[in-house]
Amino acid sequence: MTTRRIAVVSAGLSNPSSTRMLADRLAAETVKALAARDIEASVDVIELRDYAHDITNNLLTGFAPPALETAINTVVSADALIAVTPIFSTSYSGLFKSFIDVLDPDALTGKPVLIGANAGTARHSLAIDYAIRPLFAYLHAEAVSTGVFAASSDWGGAGDDVAPLARRVEKGAKELAEAIARQDSTAVADPYDPATYLGEGRSFGHMLGGLAGE
Amino acid sequence: MSEQSGAQAMQFGIMSVSDITRDPTTGVTPSEQERIKATLAIATHAEEVGLDVFAIGEHHNPPFWSSSPSTFLAALAARTERLIVSTSTTLITTNDPVRIAEEYAMLQHVSDGRMDLMLGRGNTGPVYPWFGQDIRQGLPLAIENYALLHKLWREDVVDWEGKFRTPLQGFTSTPRPLDGIAPFVWHGSIRTPEIAEQAAYYGDGFFANNIFWPKEHYQRLIELYRQRYAHYGHGTPEQAIVGLGGQVFMAAKSQDAVNSFRPYFDNAPVYGHGPSMEDFTEMTPLTVGSPQQVIDRYAAMREHYGDYQRQLFLIDHAGLPLKTVLEQLDILGSEVVPVLRRELAKDRPAAVPDAPTHAARVAAEFGDGPTRQARPGANRGDNLTGDSPYQDTPAPAGAAFGLSRKEA
Repeated sequence: MTTRRIAVVSAGLSNPSSTRMLADRLAAETVKALAARDIEASVDVIELRDYAHDITNNLLTGFAPPALETAINTVVSADALIAVTPIFSTSYSGLFKSFIDVLDPDALTGKPVLIGANAGTARHSLAIDYAIRPLFAYLHAEAVSTGVFAASSDWGGAGDDVAPLARRVEKGAKELAEAIARQDSTAVADPYDPATYLGEGRSFGHMLGGLAGE
Repeated sequence: MSEQSGAQAMQFGIMSVSDITRDPTTGVTPSEQERIKATLAIATHAEEVGLDVFAIGEHHNPPFWSSSPSTFLAALAARTERLIVSTSTTLITTNDPVRIAEEYAMLQHVSDGRMDLMLGRGNTGPVYPWFGQDIRQGLPLAIENYALLHKLWREDVVDWEGKFRTPLQGFTSTPRPLDGIAPFVWHGSIRTPEIAEQAAYYGDGFFANNIFWPKEHYQRLIELYRQRYAHYGHGTPEQAIVGLGGQVFMAAKSQDAVNSFRPYFDNAPVYGHGPSMEDFTEMTPLTVGSPQQVIDRYAAMREHYGDYQRQLFLIDHAGLPLKTVLEQLDILGSEVVPVLRRELAKDRPAAVPDAPTHAARVAAEFGDGPTRQARPGANRGDNLTGDSPYQDTPAPAGAAFGLSRKEA
């Protein structure tokens, strides 16, 4: 049995939060789908509310306070990301975007991502595809084609009875599990390894090009 | 030759970013003239209290005044006798390396070798287009421009072709470096491994900002620089030349320092309105408290980074008035630096080199022999013929018409 690590970022602002409820469902279903493929997965949940002040401080000073740095490392070193945000004014929440903004722009390159979002009504459901998905496309992350949107009514009796929330969660989780299974376990390149910035077996002379006669 | 005093294991000094900031306690913003003269007063006082180095940043936009560091440093060198004047940083990306070679060789002559410089890429995005460069080329510019600068100080006649600058044919950068020794260069960096690599490749100094971020960032950079310094054959990792920034605010009673500095911290352009002063002092080398607290914090730097050669403090920013900064210098000079000198000298391995000085570099190159005194050859309108436009002194017998030492 191989093992993988999934990071869950939940940008809900209240506690308890329906954003977190959706995040937990997506995570649990993904772990289940991976287990069916004989892959064991652990889950680390990052509640951005807990880091709201640190995220603002990072924006102002340019570095992450220790707790936030640990959270960032958890996210960028994970094999996959489940990202769930409430929809505010037709888009991801400001806190969610601020967290993305303190990540290195290359940090999510190639990482499988399952996008989740929630809002009061189903009229916001396209926000995943016109606002959140482009963000991950910009970051060169590999967002799976199903994004899971939950309206308030999905949690009660009046939800979508053609494709109920549970079925959508299952579909998104299955796609993420497939993406994880396809990828090798994540190895994060060490930025302080000369091979990372010079290229394997190369020296500074190569960066100088013809200037150093190499 | 330099008039500098003898070798020192470590150099202590101050660095200024040249900000003109409103004093939040009085609401007063100094004029450019007031702040420039105040900085001259601060820098000359640094020598009076026994510090070794003053370094000035380079900026080309308000609220900063230091667009022309070499001019400022020449005036400072003329007002001082022992102080090493330096930069923090000189922009290797947007300055023409030919102008850097010329201006700082000139500074080297007029200061009798009491200078070095720190190169950096700068942190103001628009400065690139203002000087006709592309910020996306920041790193390639830093690498190519320094390669040219390095060559201009070491070869009398340079042919050059690169990506970023007009090619040079038979160009001589004047004046030639004092005594035939190029100014010492520190490569300054906040987080770029390639710059640590560059410093290591040339065997130059590496200066870690050590102000903005937690020490763990700088530890990895400095460790990389030390390893690569050895990799390129300049010595052991412990023999690499390391400088560190830092920032402090002191008062005899710790709580007085905290109370006095807090309004400046809370409104400072770089960290104001963000983390609390307590959080920031815990996460970064900023130390606000008694002189003993500063001593304890900075005596521990070599445990984090290894034995090092230069420590520069930022003390004159965020709108602090001149009087306060001069008092800070008095405390640094009388109570802090003498103790740090002793503490950091304890058990310092003999193999760890002293801080670089012009005199030491001249001695390493020429021993007790005569240094190079470049004299242009007589009646020579061009420098395209022969292998040098200079005849050096002591002039070899029969020297004439640009005859070089080698030819004689």
